Amino acid sequence: MASYALKRMFLMIPTFIGVTLIGFLIMRLAPGDPAELRAAGGLGGASGAGVSLEKRGAVDEAVAQWRAQYGLDRPVQVQYALWLKNLFTLNFGESFKDNQSVWNKIVERVPVTVKLNLLSLMVVYLVAIPLGMYSATHPNSLGDQVTTLAAFVLFAVPLVWAATMAIVFICGGDFYYLFPPAGLASLDYADDWPLWRKFKDQAWHVFLPVLLMSYDGFAGLSRYMRASMLEVLSQDFVQVARAKGLEERLVIFKHVLRNSLIPQVTMLASILPGLLGGSVIIETIFSIPGLGQLGYESVLARDYPTVMALFTVSAVLTLIGILISDLLLSVVDPRIAFGRRLQ
Amino acid sequence: MSSTPLNTAQPASGNAAAVENAPPSGEGLWASVWKQFKRKPVALAGFYLVCFLAFMAVFGDFLANDKPYYLSYKGKSYFPVFRGYLVDARLTQWPAELLNVEYKKLDGATAIFPPIPYRPTNIDLFAPYETPSKDHWFGTDTLGRDIMAGMIHGARISLSIGFVAVGIAVVIGVILGAIAGYFGSWVDLVISRLFEVMLAIPTFFLLITVAAIFPPSIFLTMAIIGSTSWVGIARFTRNEFLRIRNLDYVTSAIALGVPDRTVMFKHILPNALAPVIVSVVLGIAGAILVESALSFLGIGVPAELVTWGSILHEASGATFAWWLAVFPGAAIFITVLSYYLVGEGLREVLDPRLRGLR
Repeated sequence: MASYALKRMFLMIPTFIGVTLIGFLIMRLAPGDPAELRAAGGLGGASGAGVSLEKRGAVDEAVAQWRAQYGLDRPVQVQYALWLKNLFTLNFGESFKDNQSVWNKIVERVPVTVKLNLLSLMVVYLVAIPLGMYSATHPNSLGDQVTTLAAFVLFAVPLVWAATMAIVFICGGDFYYLFPPAGLASLDYADDWPLWRKFKDQAWHVFLPVLLMSYDGFAGLSRYMRASMLEVLSQDFVQVARAKGLEERLVIFKHVLRNSLIPQVTMLASILPGLLGGSVIIETIFSIPGLGQLGYESVLARDYPTVMALFTVSAVLTLIGILISDLLLSVVDPRIAFGRRLQ
Repeated sequence: MSSTPLNTAQPASGNAAAVENAPPSGEGLWASVWKQFKRKPVALAGFYLVCFLAFMAVFGDFLANDKPYYLSYKGKSYFPVFRGYLVDARLTQWPAELLNVEYKKLDGATAIFPPIPYRPTNIDLFAPYETPSKDHWFGTDTLGRDIMAGMIHGARISLSIGFVAVGIAVVIGVILGAIAGYFGSWVDLVISRLFEVMLAIPTFFLLITVAAIFPPSIFLTMAIIGSTSWVGIARFTRNEFLRIRNLDYVTSAIALGVPDRTVMFKHILPNALAPVIVSVVLGIAGAILVESALSFLGIGVPAELVTWGSILHEASGATFAWWLAVFPGAAIFITVLSYYLVGEGLREVLDPRLRGLR
């Protein structure tokens, strides 16, 4: 098990290098000199625009200095090597926008995004597994047809539409004020509130973003769950279990459920990157100060060090998602750890 | 490890079985697919919706235009909508009396206008945020632009991005998948690594990065969506090639000395396409979704272009104007849903494993 995990991690190194290399090359291909941009404080900065002529010389000097400092005057492959070297000390450089350490900026925002994504992931699995189980154990019943149809339709609902409709109709516009339109806590949120009040306030704020981030996940996953459970139900060992007089409840929960969960475990790897992409949209719409919002703002300001760092962080998270789902898979299905290639 | 969502069962050998099931009359695979597809009312409804949207996209200029079909002015007859095409193709020019005129305000003219007498770019600063009415079916936005016109012309942008992006994805995916599956061994290993890299890339983040750092352009948007979404297609193609490559007819073709390229693209590819086709249809829906998300975030497509996503974006800043949120979102939803329905129907027809279940 441990050696399998090590092997998988080792195999991820070339993938990681490939991913970051692609990201790095794209940032370098972008029009505009990073050093000049930094001098201007990114695109969003105001300092570069109004520089008077006599100060221009000083700016040029600073630009040249930065260029040397960050190795921007060297060939691309050397720059990439330098970037990789800095990565080992978690040094992502400084933001063009405010000269703060990129790493600190990211660390500040990680908890918010991780919280949202973990909650969404929980909702996805908690809704999808029972729904799929119900559908598969009552195939072609009215309930099955309704949930299948609902999942299918829900899966086609664009996230941007669902979020905008929520903002317009139930977040205190001209219609209803059921949920807050922005933020993760009320403005008067205080640490001396009683625990239940804090919890209620946070839950109220987090409800819509989490629901919006998870609905297409549970719509898709419930259909996978139904399909995989139907497949297991049709296998001989289920017949045997029933033939020997085992209670149907035990057949389902003890024999069928475990086997039909195996494919759902691998879905983690494909849900996780989707959630991260979704947090860009959701965090932007609901003004939630997480990684997604930081990413969107940095991208608009062409704050390359921050963008590159976020790109790396989300690539690492995706790789970890793949790794976890591979490892979980080898736990639930021990045949896999014995050298069989995953498909 | 990850696959297109909704593909509950992976089509493995759809084509071979479909060929076996084909009637002996010698009718082709696609004729038989269509015959079975026709019997699925829901999938067929999706197909007609797709056709309807394609109609809107192609004939958008005739449905929503500030130029009349027919104009009689100062004793002369004109057909400005049609003439517009000729002018765009630089075959002719506007006559002096029609240059930059407002057709609705011409004195003593008789004109027949399209059902929506606006273009999505017609700004009317005296009519901002009009609620839906007879004049503006779906209301207007902050600049008084007609939303219905924006919706119709948005269909064109949305569908063309969907088709071109997926076209790019198909070319990359099929070529790479074919090479990997056909040559196997180390070639397969290298290309499969590349698949893994592409799967680990945070696609949406890459998309917004590229879309934001380069000047906005519809072609760039197509290109980046296409070049980040080919992995699914490539994997399907690879698996099909791996399977078909060992069939006797391929072996005999190789033994006969047929060049690799001919074997790959003339003999194997037609038989490998059936499972790919489903992911192509779903891919179009995916590309349309991504495009709407990009223009919602205000990146990718130039600001002056009105798209479904850009109207939605306006809605998030003007929450009282519910019509800005309802209609364009519903358009994206219906489009995506109809592609899903078609894809699902096709998969049921092409995947023999599902045939017994229904």
